[in-house]
Amino acid sequence: MELHAQTIEQLHEQLIQKTIKPSDILDSVYKRIEAVEPAVKAYLMLTKELAYAMAKSAEERIMNNDNVTEITGIPIGLKDNMCLDGYETTCAAQMLKGYKPPYTATALEKLQRAGAVFTGKLNMDEFAFGSSTENSSFHTTCNPYDISRVPGGSSGGSAAAVAADMCIAALGSDTGGSIKQPAGLCNVTGIRPTYGRVSRYGLIAFGSSLDQIGPMTKTVRDNAILLKYLAGLDEKDSTSAPIAVPDYLKNLRSDIKGMKIGLPKEYFIDGMDAEVKSKVMDAVRTLQDAGARVEEISMPHTEYALDVYYVVAPAEASSNLARFDGVQYGYRDTTADNMIDMYKKSRAKGFGRETKRRIMLGTYVLSSGYYDAYYKKAQKVRTLIKQDFDRAFANVDVILTPTSPTTAFKIGEKAADPLTMYLSDIFTIAPNMAGMPGISVPAGFDSKGLPIGMQVMAAPFAEQAIYDLTAFYQQKTNWHLQKPRL
Amino acid sequence: MSNRAKFETVIGLEVHVELNTKTKIFCSCKNEFGAEPNTYICPNCLGLPGSLPVFNGEVLHHAIKAGLALGCSIAQKSKFDRKNYYYPDLPKAYQISQFDMPIAVNGRIDIVFRDGQKKRIGITRLHMEEDAGKLIHLTATGQIADAQQSLVDYNRGGVPLAEIVSEPDMRTPEEAYLYLTTIKSIMKYINVSDCNMEEGSLRCDANVSIRPWGQEKFGTKVEIKNMNSFKNVQKALEYEVDRQTRMTESGEAIVQETRLWDTAKGKTFSMRSKEGSHDYRYFPEPDLPPLEISNSYIETIAKELPELPLAKAERFVAEYGIPAYDAGVLTADLATARWYEKAAKLSGEPKQCSNWIMGDMMAKMNEAGIEEISDTKITPENLSGMIKLIKDGTISGKIAKQVFEEMFANGGDAAKIVKDKGLVQITDAGAIEKAVEAVIAANAKAVDEIKGGKVNGIGFLVGQVMKQTGGKANPQMVNELLRKKISG
Amino acid sequence: MVITRKDVEYIAHLSRLEITEQEAEQYTKELSDILEHINRLSKLNTDNVEPTYFTMDMKNVTRSDVVKPSIDKQKVFVAAPSIENNGFKVPKII
Ligand SMILES: [Mg+2]
Ligand SMILES: [Zn+2]
Repeated sequence: MELHAQTIEQLHEQLIQKTIKPSDILDSVYKRIEAVEPAVKAYLMLTKELAYAMAKSAEERIMNNDNVTEITGIPIGLKDNMCLDGYETTCAAQMLKGYKPPYTATALEKLQRAGAVFTGKLNMDEFAFGSSTENSSFHTTCNPYDISRVPGGSSGGSAAAVAADMCIAALGSDTGGSIKQPAGLCNVTGIRPTYGRVSRYGLIAFGSSLDQIGPMTKTVRDNAILLKYLAGLDEKDSTSAPIAVPDYLKNLRSDIKGMKIGLPKEYFIDGMDAEVKSKVMDAVRTLQDAGARVEEISMPHTEYALDVYYVVAPAEASSNLARFDGVQYGYRDTTADNMIDMYKKSRAKGFGRETKRRIMLGTYVLSSGYYDAYYKKAQKVRTLIKQDFDRAFANVDVILTPTSPTTAFKIGEKAADPLTMYLSDIFTIAPNMAGMPGISVPAGFDSKGLPIGMQVMAAPFAEQAIYDLTAFYQQKTNWHLQKPRL
Repeated sequence: MSNRAKFETVIGLEVHVELNTKTKIFCSCKNEFGAEPNTYICPNCLGLPGSLPVFNGEVLHHAIKAGLALGCSIAQKSKFDRKNYYYPDLPKAYQISQFDMPIAVNGRIDIVFRDGQKKRIGITRLHMEEDAGKLIHLTATGQIADAQQSLVDYNRGGVPLAEIVSEPDMRTPEEAYLYLTTIKSIMKYINVSDCNMEEGSLRCDANVSIRPWGQEKFGTKVEIKNMNSFKNVQKALEYEVDRQTRMTESGEAIVQETRLWDTAKGKTFSMRSKEGSHDYRYFPEPDLPPLEISNSYIETIAKELPELPLAKAERFVAEYGIPAYDAGVLTADLATARWYEKAAKLSGEPKQCSNWIMGDMMAKMNEAGIEEISDTKITPENLSGMIKLIKDGTISGKIAKQVFEEMFANGGDAAKIVKDKGLVQITDAGAIEKAVEAVIAANAKAVDEIKGGKVNGIGFLVGQVMKQTGGKANPQMVNELLRKKISG
Repeated sequence: MVITRKDVEYIAHLSRLEITEQEAEQYTKELSDILEHINRLSKLNTDNVEPTYFTMDMKNVTRSDVVKPSIDKQKVFVAAPSIENNGFKVPKII
């Protein structure tokens, strides 16, 4: 198997055996990118020079046996909303075209310290607003399993790149499902860690009480490896948790006997794609056969999660994106002769339609006279949603649902109707509102050959339970080993 | 003052005090005034995408200390909120402030008038927030209204502020002035701020309205900003009260608006802005977990509080027998109060000490432009040494003025100055007698007049003797001898 | 329509977004649809429910008051649209 098609674990083994060098992997990855990028369009920018320099230093570490980690020399792609000192970081927005931040995000710094190699910046929905990457102001990324379809979003570039072997792993970020949903649509393993697990410092904010960076990988085992290096307390992020990070891979259970899986009835609703439902139920049976105990649970406030999300996330976003005013950085319209017009014109031209829509929505729900009815109300319902989860996890180890109600849809199919688009995140949003960790792992394909994702959630900081169950599942299945034909 | 007769003035103040921590409130950049523009900046204080605030624990400490000193109760639960508005000095387009759960509420301070009367002014709340950057307007006048372009310096952006909001309890511009000086005095006593209005470490906005006497409902209030000294606050308020009175009397309605004080013109003018009414869209800051303040933490800080100015003044009156007004002046500044108390104790003459400080010392400091008593060359030891020399008759009060002048100019021990300059009082009766005789001989006419009943002419002769002795003769002895000789 | 075109114009101003007539129409429709969906929340009784602003039980996160180096201004000036005399230049404010 060519190097670009392998996993972190496989490559690490060869690197420490010194049968390959980091630059060999990089050569293979860039060759693959050259071949399939025209079809997939996952990247916004390649950082070749930086990548080879990082590969060189990784090689030295390996040669000198100096602080070699499982990700030393591993090429990783970055969603373009994480700041990398001196390298363009755009959030796929015209507003930040050409913007080179003067500092590096903590998550990236941690990977750098562990010896990882950065292949480039990956496409996304502008400012992470979207579920399809169609809102990227540069181009739409295509689903490697069917290039007429979306890869999901907003981490669509990351999911597509991992699926198409254009990097060995990638970082995504997830506010309402932006890691899990594209992972599901692209047959990739993607975890959204517990809120507070990974530092948000240097991640360009969307919804501050929801945003999390997470790894997107080819296997659960790779995912467990990468999260170990990303997670942990960061004094630069006051919301990062002072909780020790376990060695998830080493701690993996060898079986899942006795693990309690909850199936919330509100997630297996009428009207959802029958193939999605049936594949996920197949997975449940596989787990049951291996000794897991399955029970139906109820999470009565699930149906309100989307509404809560579309109040809280845009509210925070409207405030977070207010800083893009053309004063210190970013796009400035130079035709205006006064401050207010300069703000208005710069923002009108620098932001795309979906971004503006969310800013307006968020501004409205916070504005005088509506705060209590919308924002405060939503935060109260958020409490009810969180209580649903707390109650459930008092009883079960993990909760299992489909990741999305459907498989990948056609490019352009939902673009005209924001509300329908918003509904594609319906299963990932509730756990996010409650701060819960969740993964999406491949669970099969529909009759069109499109990937189906399965979401597994656990209590806060119980990522280990998620990995225990899903790593075991990947031992029993090979959905995750399927590759797109490109 | 016809306006005073018809209308009652209602004033409330919002005071922003820059806290003197080493670093800014939400990042580790230096909190320091006066550096070259944009020297103390980082991703955080520039609001760069992806940056996050981290709260400086010392700010919490200072804010609680200030709250306690203002008689506030400290909140057990508090949090930060975002105040959203666009302005180029605010790089995130929101200010991290506190909205509905400020760190301290419900306080009060007493202001003291010249005649010793006290008045209590309520403090609604004290909250923590970040300062904005500074705008430099590119125009000859430096006025925002004239500028076609402005430059922004973010050194001040993120400097910690305590915003202190008063109740609308003040009734005259003078009360507002006293309130401000009292706040400054307290903040400096507890060492949380320099409160230097010229450097902007204390800034004040005022809400002013007038209403007919006896009316309970407040009049339409006008907010005044841009007052850059304590005196200007008083002047601006006086101007504004006058303006509102004139308008009301001529039947014009007061418009609720923000007005800026123009120091040069001595007027307030309307800050016409396209913004219209503000809609700040406050919501809890999701980047900062909430605060829970334990009683033990509050108690620890309470123990750090020094004796506050008013308590100290009252003690000075009781302990040293000085007038309330003097005590108020001496305790307004902690360094002065400490200086005074040391001199008072060393000399055993607290009233004398107070007189010298209130009189010669302050006059000379004023003349020399020295603000802090500790910046003069005189020490409490010097002053008390000098007072002792007066008490034991070594020097006269008049000579003391000379000694004081020398001490103020060059410092030094009073006894040494007296010795070096030969200023010791002449108490030798023989020497004084000689001088007296010479003066009598030279002023026969005056002596005759005195003998003829013009008793107060004796003062002239005393002066002549003093002149002859270079001011060193003991005036009492001169007086006695003259009387004896003339009546003789 | 849950909101009016006038609301939309007001929010656009608050958000500092210049919008065209046509956009105003469109946003009125789209935002109304979304808000109508969201209005389902009002059916839920939340009388004795505390709002959740933080999903984690964290409090009192502070740092010590120690100065760390600031960033060299040239490093941020490169990204700035307009610089003069070490300051960020902006057009007329009022
Ligand atoms: Mg304020
Ligand atoms: Zn800073």
